[in-house]
Amino acid sequence: MFLDNIGIALTALKSNKLRSLLTMLGIVIGISAVIAIMIVGDAVNSSVMDTFNNIGANSVSFYLSEKEFEDESDYVYRDRKQSDMISEEMLTDVNEHFKGKLDKIILNTTVGQASVSEKNKNASVTITGMNAAAISSKKLKMLEGRPLGSRDFSSSAKTALISDKAAKKLCGNNFNAIVGKPLEAMLDNKMFTFTIVGVYEYQKDSSIFGSSDSESTALYIPLRTAFSLSNSDISFGMFEIEASDGVDQATLTDDIERYINDHYYKNNNLYRIEAVNLQSILEESKGAIDKIKIAIAAIAAISLLVGGIGVMNIMIVSITERTREIGTRKALGAENSSIRMQFITEAIVICVIGGILGILIGNGLGALASKLLIHKAGTASVSAVAGCVLFSMAFGVFFGYYPANKAAKLNPIDALRYE
Amino acid sequence: MSGEVIIELHNIYKRYYIGQPNELEILHGIDLTVRKGEFVSIVGASGSGKSTLMNIIGVLDRPTEGQYTLSNVDVSAAKDKELSHIRNEKIGFVFQTYNLIPRTSALKNVELPMMYNRKSPSYRRERAKELLSMVDMEERMQHTPDELSGGQKQRVAIARALANNPSIILADEPTGALDSSTGRMIMDLFHKLHREQGITIILITHSNELAEETERILTLKDGVITGERRGSAYVS
Repeated sequence: MFLDNIGIALTALKSNKLRSLLTMLGIVIGISAVIAIMIVGDAVNSSVMDTFNNIGANSVSFYLSEKEFEDESDYVYRDRKQSDMISEEMLTDVNEHFKGKLDKIILNTTVGQASVSEKNKNASVTITGMNAAAISSKKLKMLEGRPLGSRDFSSSAKTALISDKAAKKLCGNNFNAIVGKPLEAMLDNKMFTFTIVGVYEYQKDSSIFGSSDSESTALYIPLRTAFSLSNSDISFGMFEIEASDGVDQATLTDDIERYINDHYYKNNNLYRIEAVNLQSILEESKGAIDKIKIAIAAIAAISLLVGGIGVMNIMIVSITERTREIGTRKALGAENSSIRMQFITEAIVICVIGGILGILIGNGLGALASKLLIHKAGTASVSAVAGCVLFSMAFGVFFGYYPANKAAKLNPIDALRYE
Repeated sequence: MSGEVIIELHNIYKRYYIGQPNELEILHGIDLTVRKGEFVSIVGASGSGKSTLMNIIGVLDRPTEGQYTLSNVDVSAAKDKELSHIRNEKIGFVFQTYNLIPRTSALKNVELPMMYNRKSPSYRRERAKELLSMVDMEERMQHTPDELSGGQKQRVAIARALANNPSIILADEPTGALDSSTGRMIMDLFHKLHREQGITIILITHSNELAEETERILTLKDGVITGERRGSAYVS
């Protein structure tokens, strides 16, 4: 009986192809909008996730920043002084105080742009001082030589890691020729000599904000070495932390922020320490994407509603046209429930065909849009597709019931005589 | 008149607009008995209540008053669902306007009453083919109604009426829309079914000529049966 009804429904739809197609249009547009926005939303979300994971969403950054004043007149601008900066003692204190909860403190400092040369060949590098935690959080892939070790960090050795990109300019693909050798670097008209201990693989920074591929790559040196180059005291404008496993990062962040501000910046008239949690930025951006998703879903819902009313309307028209047929079926022994099922099935068939077309079109649009936005074509999840098909069926039942019931309740004599 | 009683109408009244100023009584106490295997015709001018009577006999409508016993079952007060089953199993309708389902093959049309009787698709198909070949339509069973002539459509309709082996064929002006030679063919088919298969047929017509071919002629006038006689041209 169910298959018979589907056959009857398909015959009816085929006999009015254009009308059936136009009827489905609302459902097609609605469903394709839903599917497309799901694909794009998920794709952008996962891309944002990837980006933040690359730059370390697990870590929290603390910046030296200006205090906020309720009264504007209290604000007096001045340059940062050495005493405003985050000192090594502060960090040692923090490390002691939060022992166990705090996994590591990541510190780095950029010394400046330098030109390195080897046998008349030049390459541009950015000399960057790193502590051991900073190097390990970079997750560098070594192509040649060794990474910086604990002896490098403790002895302020003039050892360095160079990128494969810079190394290629100096000695081609033969990285062996450069490892273990001294390399001269010109920084601010001063000559420094570093011993290259390893070559790391350069990773392009790629993110939804675009990819950066700068000419100058980092030359990593131990943190203390970096400060000794410039003869300056060890101090920072920022640092990052990572919480130990099982420690709530947000709480730890708040605690550290409060601890430093209470102990070191209480009497500072302009500066304080402010934590910037990448996790919260991530949540925020996800929230923004979700809001856009909801807005478009609302538009899609309106389209679906209009489409559903269209289906209902065309079902009423179809039933009026087929009044005699309904009368005949009743004369031949169709129960009211059989007639009702027949027309509900017809509404379901319209909605499901519309839904499937919508899924196909939505998939195409979503893949295209995500390709343009994040250079990666996304597809709808199986659950989304199944959900849309089920939803279309439910839609058919909902909007088909009233007309079908109207047909079922027709008086057989009146229906047979209908002209 | 030897067969068992299949239709028994007793004191049947049909009124419309009951309780309103324009109350209308169409049938004024009809008594009618039809035995198994009879070929009966009901004649009368338009407005005589023929169609109303046929609707009641075919349980498409209920009498306002009176008792209707069909195959020993009182159907006067049956529910809609029971009436559907009675129409499906006991009655085969043949209409003046054929009433085949459009865009649906002859075969599928004949299968319909069996579909509503929840017969298996393979049984339906076999039985429909059998019936269509009985009315000489096996060549055109895949054709849709708009590809068939009037006489062909009516033959498909007759095959459809016979699908569930009904006790009665109710034919309402079956030749009314056909030319005389095609109408002749349809009448011959009824005679053949009556003679060879002993099917009970009630023919509603306004043509005295056709009525004379039947066993018994009932004349309906203004909602009352005014006459009953044997058909002069009936050949048993």
